Amino acid sequence: MSGISSTTRLERGIATGALARLGQVAVLPVGVALRLLDPPMRWMQRFIGARRMAYVFLLPNFVFFGLFVFLPIGINVVFSLTGGTALFPSQRPYVGGDQFAYLFDCGSYLDPSSCREDHFWRGVANTAKFVVFQVTAMVLFSLITALVLNMKIRGRGFFRAVYFFPVLLSPVVVALIWKWILQRDGLLNAAITTLGGQKILFFVDPGWAMFWAVFVSVWAHMGFYTLILLAGLQAIPADLYEAAEMDATPRWRVLLRITLPLLWPNMIVVIVLALIKGAQTFDEVFVLTGGGPGTATLMVVQYIYETAFSSQVQNFGLAAAASVVLGVVLFVLTLLQFAAARRKEV
Amino acid sequence: MPTMRLSSMLGQRRNGTGRPLHWTDMVAYVYLALGVVLMFGPVLWLVLSSFKTQSALLEFPPSLLPFAQVEVTVSGQPQKLPLFRAKLPDGTVRELAQVRRIGLIAQMVDPADPSQQFRVAIDKREPVRHVALATENYSEPLQRFAFLRFLYNSVFVTVIATLITLLINSMAAYGLAVYQFPGKQAATLAVIGTLMIPVTIILVPVYLVVTELGLTNSLWAVILPGAATPTGVFLLRQYMLTLPKDLIEAARMDKASEWQIYWRIVMPLTLPALAVLAIFSIMWRWNEFLWPLAVLTKTEVYTLQIALNAFQGELQTQWHYLLAMTVVTLIPVALVFVFLQRFITTGIGSTGMK
Repeated sequence: MSGISSTTRLERGIATGALARLGQVAVLPVGVALRLLDPPMRWMQRFIGARRMAYVFLLPNFVFFGLFVFLPIGINVVFSLTGGTALFPSQRPYVGGDQFAYLFDCGSYLDPSSCREDHFWRGVANTAKFVVFQVTAMVLFSLITALVLNMKIRGRGFFRAVYFFPVLLSPVVVALIWKWILQRDGLLNAAITTLGGQKILFFVDPGWAMFWAVFVSVWAHMGFYTLILLAGLQAIPADLYEAAEMDATPRWRVLLRITLPLLWPNMIVVIVLALIKGAQTFDEVFVLTGGGPGTATLMVVQYIYETAFSSQVQNFGLAAAASVVLGVVLFVLTLLQFAAARRKEV
Repeated sequence: MPTMRLSSMLGQRRNGTGRPLHWTDMVAYVYLALGVVLMFGPVLWLVLSSFKTQSALLEFPPSLLPFAQVEVTVSGQPQKLPLFRAKLPDGTVRELAQVRRIGLIAQMVDPADPSQQFRVAIDKREPVRHVALATENYSEPLQRFAFLRFLYNSVFVTVIATLITLLINSMAAYGLAVYQFPGKQAATLAVIGTLMIPVTIILVPVYLVVTELGLTNSLWAVILPGAATPTGVFLLRQYMLTLPKDLIEAARMDKASEWQIYWRIVMPLTLPALAVLAIFSIMWRWNEFLWPLAVLTKTEVYTLQIALNAFQGELQTQWHYLLAMTVVTLIPVALVFVFLQRFITTGIGSTGMK
């Protein structure tokens, strides 16, 4: 695993840092608690044997997985097959596939307004549009950035950090920063009017709202994908480049014949990861545009959230059915990801 | 000759490779410079704006730095008076304090000599301004909103959730890394399986589970569902697999219990990986949005992120508070960035996860 060399470097970094000491103080009560756990654990070990202690170690984590992941998957299916407004499954009448039938009841799938649940389909259409633009822009810009950062350039660490910085920001903070810049009397409109243009109401125009949703999302997450591609670039053997340099191969040829083909597996990982994350887009866009104007930037996840939690009638069944549909899409994308990862290993 | 040496130095590429500067290098530097502006600029603008007074925020076009009008005390006047740069009818420009304004005419005095009175048309004067930080944007929300409460909630969730995550993830990782037992394959697969289930698609049923556990509108409803992370289990397991097996065997010879081996031998050696997971967990928890938004409906349990989102609806006209609170929410992340950026980037580089 490539993590070994980086983690030994980590070890040194952490050990020398005063941070480690700070961490020790914070973890001290945990240490005491762990020590107190020893007698019961010893008793347990005598009871079941050393080897079966593995189950004891796995238990807490799997209790959490069970309660908050596996059980919910099952309940989700139950919810999607039942109707009514009750939260507890046994109080909900069985309706079979009615929720799905309702979701998919459309005159034409290409026209959301012909659907009975038009918000869902607008969400699907918007998310599809968003994903196409966002993933394209994301891959393009993170590739360019990674290529540039991989050049022998001064201050590379600094520039890498610059592009990575927004990744750490919370979606709410990201959205508010841009909302402040893009508002009617904001910085961007000031720049536009200084250059002689007219103020643009970005969040009133559906096209602009979608553009900025994509832009802000790329701005916030580009650094993450850049890092993955950069790791891929740095794994390309240096002697290939040395050989190319000896043959005086032009740079564009090196790029097309060596760099891009060898980076391709990482590119696939980035594309699929971006697709999976893009399909689940919610927070930045929700805070930035609120799904508006109208439903111009309403995403599927926002539809699920609002159907279940913030509409007057909490329609858990419909929301669950929609999330089952989303889950199926994500599952297919994840299979793609595993296939890509396998190809990368071979 | 020194001048020649200087010119040849300038013509040389100064990156240590000795090659001349290729045009692609120029393009690269321009691209990177633009990147710095585009990535840092918005955050810088947020911080600068957060120190502007409410009236300065309403200005269009906005000024770059937070300015406030200079106010002076003039003898004989009960209140401080705003200072203007006024153009007098005789063409001279003087700094005058405005006593009152009547229609389009301002009555002004010379602060140095209050007996001298002037009547100036209001379009003939400009406010004298100086850079001033409106720190009240930061101090007032402390009293006016339950801001400290939200801050406390966020810190509580982040710290407790991270500790729980470190504990149960490391236990599971230890179980998977050290033992051979029936069902190991299935357990590993189950962990991989949970990697594929994002919270977005099980929002409703997790809400049911949390409700049945009686946790609605408590911070534990935010802490518990995400405490077991597949990413963490994998990260720690991979690291533990690199530890020498002899160490554990030797400890068993010395009659150490399995639990003791876990927390006295393996945990300290896994510290670097634990640190990486801790940083990740802190970031996840501090920034978490969708799930808290769904499960927290009472204001007193809001985390900072949820409070900010709620305020941006209510405080549209009070950007000065909103911007300041956004900056406060950003501070821990900025600190993590400054001190730990390297660890996070190597973490992502080696795991491909965030």
